[in-house]
Amino acid sequence: MFDFLSNPDYDLVGAFWTTIQLTFFSAIGALIWGTILVGMRVSPVPIMRGFATVYVNVFRNTPLTVIIIFTSLGLSSTLGVNLAASDSPTSLADNAFRLAVLGFIVYTATFVCESLRSGINTVPVGQAEAARALGLNFTQVLGLIVLPQAFRAVIAPLANVLIALLKNTTVASVIGVAEASLLMSTMVENESDSLFYVFILFALVFVALVLPLGLLLGWVAKKAEVKR
Amino acid sequence: MRLNRVLQVGAVVLAAGLTLTACGGGSGSGSGASGDKNLVQRAKDNKKLTIGIKFDQPGLGLKKPDGTYAGFDVDVAKYIAKQLGVEESGITWKEAQSAQREDLIKKGEVDFIVATYSITDKRKNDVSFGGPYFIAHQDLLVRSDNTDITGPESLTGNKKLCSVKGSTPAQNVKTKYAKEVQLQEVGKYTDCVTALLNGSVDAMTTDDVILAGYAAQQPGKLKLVGKGFTDENYGVGLKKDDADGKAAVNKAIQAMEQDGSWQKSLESNVGPSGYKIPAAPAIAP
Repeated sequence: MFDFLSNPDYDLVGAFWTTIQLTFFSAIGALIWGTILVGMRVSPVPIMRGFATVYVNVFRNTPLTVIIIFTSLGLSSTLGVNLAASDSPTSLADNAFRLAVLGFIVYTATFVCESLRSGINTVPVGQAEAARALGLNFTQVLGLIVLPQAFRAVIAPLANVLIALLKNTTVASVIGVAEASLLMSTMVENESDSLFYVFILFALVFVALVLPLGLLLGWVAKKAEVKR
Repeated sequence: MRLNRVLQVGAVVLAAGLTLTACGGGSGSGSGASGDKNLVQRAKDNKKLTIGIKFDQPGLGLKKPDGTYAGFDVDVAKYIAKQLGVEESGITWKEAQSAQREDLIKKGEVDFIVATYSITDKRKNDVSFGGPYFIAHQDLLVRSDNTDITGPESLTGNKKLCSVKGSTPAQNVKTKYAKEVQLQEVGKYTDCVTALLNGSVDAMTTDDVILAGYAAQQPGKLKLVGKGFTDENYGVGLKKDDADGKAAVNKAIQAMEQDGSWQKSLESNVGPSGYKIPAAPAIAP
């Protein structure tokens, strides 16, 4: 059944470690960029609001595969934007990994931004007005009063975004990042007589990664909730 | 108590998943030709065949914008069908992507498959093979102005290769040349052609006849190195243990090789790339 796993060419742990690394770096990047975006979306400066609105609507509505392939064929191959030194012996792999992280950040940040914006809407307007009355400027109101409460309200939706991101990382194989789904393609090519078990194996590992993550973040969300 | 509930939910999710996949496995049979009759009998009775080919491989199996199909694999399939007594109008073409080929045959959704299908021992556990009707070799495709890649032995000095993710050619490069070259894996061969043309990789690699199809699409821009370093026996995939069907397919392939249409089809489909057409292979027992 699962005896193909004994083949030393299949680095299952390594492949899923790459998946986890992709998720980790993309999640941090998306959280930062998404927070900046939401700051722009609620800011009093029209040009920043406009930029953030257009950005979110463009990238949220573009299929992820298109974004990821564009980072490779468009940015790297055609425009020559490379994120790794081209003379290093692992330049292609490094470049693909970093481009994939870039693509995931660009895409996932839009969802982080929209989740946070709904969190901001849960903070009563009176609080922001009170802060203004105390003489705080926009950055202070957002950073000290609104965002800390907004974050606590949206941990559960952000957990959804994180889980979606974890599963989305499988798209990175189309530009050659050696993560789980690329290993799966290899196994599908070689193990034609046990395809079903290959799929089951990868589904189970993903469930094993996602379930604890969901339970943990659900618990954190409950703890951090702002009681109103 | 709480853990118990988690386990219950987990069990339900797993059960639902298994049921869904089981349904997926069961459905779909009977859309093509089905039943216990062998290939020869089915062709004779129905005058209809469902044949699996590639839809996206220029020179071998390509669905053209006007909805017709062209390529060497298509010609082989048509010839076999004709020998079985089925006219071109009785053929239903079905896309056979690499990962689905065994399944399509096992479920009876296609009668046979002619789709750059390499004969391997693993695959023989699930399907039977007629042929081989062609022997391909893994080769390299480079830009026409390239002079420093002359064969597998020149793959040194951090050259960049491109192939499709997980494919056998990609795995060969990883196991044999990983120290000297880098491999860019992509989703489709056309992505490799793009990368090769704009210079971000130095060569692309897969079976020579597939490469020749792409080279023929870009006249004058790409050239085949022509030093194959593996043997891939392309066979016609059939339902397992269909001995009569296999014999009939083999007979058809032999007839095609002898009356010259085998050579003619290759010349018109992949010849324009400058690819030297090899001798026809002997049928395997």
